[in-house]
Amino acid sequence: MALLQISEPGQSTAPHQRRLAVGIDLGTTNSLVACVRSGIADTLPDDEGRHLLPSVVRYLAGADASVGEAALAVAADDPLNTVASVKRLMGRGLDDVKRLGGALPYEFAPGDSGMPRIRTAAGLVSPVEVSAEILRSLKRRAEATLGGELSGAVITVPAYFDDSQRQATKDAGRLAGLNVLRLLNEPTAAAVAYGLDQKAEGIFAIYDLGGGTFDISILRLNRGVFEVLATAGDSALGGDDMDHAIADWMLRQASVDVSADPYAARRALRDARVAKHALSQAAETLVRVIRPDGSIWQGLLTRGEFEALVDPIIERTVAPCRRVLRDAGITASDVSEVVLVGGSTRMPRVRERAAAVFGRTPLTDIDPDRVVAIGAAIQADILVGNKPSDEMLLLDVIPLSLGIEIMGGMVEKIIARNSTIPIAKAQDFTTFKDGQTAMAIHVVQGERELVSDCRSLARFELRGIPPMVAGAGRIRVTFQVDADGLLSVSAQEQTSGVASSVTVKPSYGLSDDEIERMLRDSIAYAREDSAARDLREQQVEADRVLDAVEAALAADGAALLSASERQEIEQELSRLRALRAGADAARIREGIAALDRATREFAARRMDAGISKALSGHRLDEFN
Amino acid sequence: MRAIVEKNYFELFGLPVGFDLDTADLAVRYRELQRQFHPDRHASSTGPERLLSLQITARINQGFQTLKEPLARGRYLLALRGVNTDEETDTSMDPDFLVEQMEMRESLDEARQSANRGERLARLASETSKLLRARTDALAESLSGGNPESLRRARELVREMQFLAKLAREVEELEEAG
Repeated sequence: MALLQISEPGQSTAPHQRRLAVGIDLGTTNSLVACVRSGIADTLPDDEGRHLLPSVVRYLAGADASVGEAALAVAADDPLNTVASVKRLMGRGLDDVKRLGGALPYEFAPGDSGMPRIRTAAGLVSPVEVSAEILRSLKRRAEATLGGELSGAVITVPAYFDDSQRQATKDAGRLAGLNVLRLLNEPTAAAVAYGLDQKAEGIFAIYDLGGGTFDISILRLNRGVFEVLATAGDSALGGDDMDHAIADWMLRQASVDVSADPYAARRALRDARVAKHALSQAAETLVRVIRPDGSIWQGLLTRGEFEALVDPIIERTVAPCRRVLRDAGITASDVSEVVLVGGSTRMPRVRERAAAVFGRTPLTDIDPDRVVAIGAAIQADILVGNKPSDEMLLLDVIPLSLGIEIMGGMVEKIIARNSTIPIAKAQDFTTFKDGQTAMAIHVVQGERELVSDCRSLARFELRGIPPMVAGAGRIRVTFQVDADGLLSVSAQEQTSGVASSVTVKPSYGLSDDEIERMLRDSIAYAREDSAARDLREQQVEADRVLDAVEAALAADGAALLSASERQEIEQELSRLRALRAGADAARIREGIAALDRATREFAARRMDAGISKALSGHRLDEFN
Repeated sequence: MRAIVEKNYFELFGLPVGFDLDTADLAVRYRELQRQFHPDRHASSTGPERLLSLQITARINQGFQTLKEPLARGRYLLALRGVNTDEETDTSMDPDFLVEQMEMRESLDEARQSANRGERLARLASETSKLLRARTDALAESLSGGNPESLRRARELVREMQFLAKLAREVEELEEAG
């Protein structure tokens, strides 16, 4: 392996080995993993040929957790230790969880950092850890199928997920030992799968109703560029709500009090789901409830009654559809195709409603359960470097506005919803008291004007401001949203230069320390020597950097560097190459940093040259 | 040539500095710049290049947002010429304009409670957009002249457009709420 990396300076590097990368759809009800093999993206089945992994984890005392079908099979018998639909809890606080309310049979305990823990036979577990179990199971499946270690994964999230929910998902990936290349919005992933499949151009509406989330996104496809124009949705709306509505109806009919019997609620939910599926075809279906005293209620659920129960839920998707059209600056008639994604769009009633809103019959050629994972796999293949010259490019947006709290509990928006990411924006604020030496900064996300109506993301303080009269201090707050849609915030007092920054995290997430501890405590890591792991990670990173610098030198070294400049870079290259062959992780890390420093100016020149390349010689009519 | 981070948005998009601009051409240039600089295009690049790609893309996105809307573009052009529009701090406006605005706000309130609300909101929306269009044209005119008087007029127009844009947004939100 190491031998492959050695090449003469200036010579272009040998084509590297194809790297293994997967797309993962971490769903509320089911999860999938997909990969591009021989140019074709498809989902990977388990040993028994099943593509869907139920997103259910059962915790047992003194044994590994079981995931998927095995856990689902016993969910009704062991409801307190079997966690389902954990996606609904990701990035949520205890209060949110209480609001989701009686629907959840688990016992919750408050965690150190606002994130609730679920009490199980294996101890307290956080939603992030539960999700990590699901991801770990898919990682094992992929590595067994593909016959090697994964270089990276793209994990999908609902477009409407806020910063806390995204951060929690990324943390789960890290906890599962995945190199998370990107968090990709589910509707965008679906558009990729459809758009590339059909070589389509024009405006797509992606209507994604899953088990627990609803997203509606409008994208423009233009010569391989997928530009999200706007997105809207509801991150707590989906098929689960329909199951609950049906289950509640059944329990009401049977006069069962669920607070006295959590098992009854779980069984009713299971049966409600079966009834919902049956009614996608049949005009009526038989449902039954076993009461705590052993007696049985049974009755017919007709299509009419069923629709009366689920219509209000489906109707909640209409307002976001209207809003997304307005935000995209288009009308329904501008939409060339409507794509349905998510298991709940199998319901005829949902299809009718989506068709009515957009005035056209939706596309359903790709399996709505698998399309998201397939799109994610295509993106993963590009990001891991298997297709560097691919023409596809995704331009995504941030779903919810970001701002900070100002006087009177009001929100000052800094980045508006539907801004294309990555994006950075700064806003200046002044001190409001004489001699003020600190400023509390409260970062929120949402569309409302009052802080109390928005989601609190983080609080931090800028300290050490030199005392000045009120209004004289100028504090510049900079928001930076990366390509994953994750926010970091920094603040700097302009006259003194005092600075403070945070990666937005704490409100409902896990701290870095907590993740480190969980990583150390997890069984998979205990088996492995952490020093050996660190060395391997540094070697992989060194290989990546060596490849990148050699390729850059081969492409532009002659044109953009003087002989002495080039020599300087090549010196650092050989130094890193030598370190890479050794076994000292810390020195490899230093070597990478030194090579980064040596190539900084070269990088800037290459970027500057890129701008004329991008805009040269193109006439407008070539693109239209 | 100047480093990318020092270029103004017009220079970044390879366009002459000025108010008149073909938005379709701007969109094409935007996509070409994204193809060149987006972080996904630099997933296998060196560390410094990946960092720069993030910064440049953020700037491209911000520049596109600024240039594509007449109001933001006008405000930005004034800033390039050292004229601050001070929407937050300077509340002095032309009295006639303020009276007109108050009347429009009143009709918005009336429309909200009116029986034929949809129709009245639509009328208000078209009236607002007519006023916005007229000011956009006047702004193009004022910004093409460079003397202090035309800049003063341009500043006034941008400030009025800010009011109108806010009103238009509120009308739309009410229309959408149905």
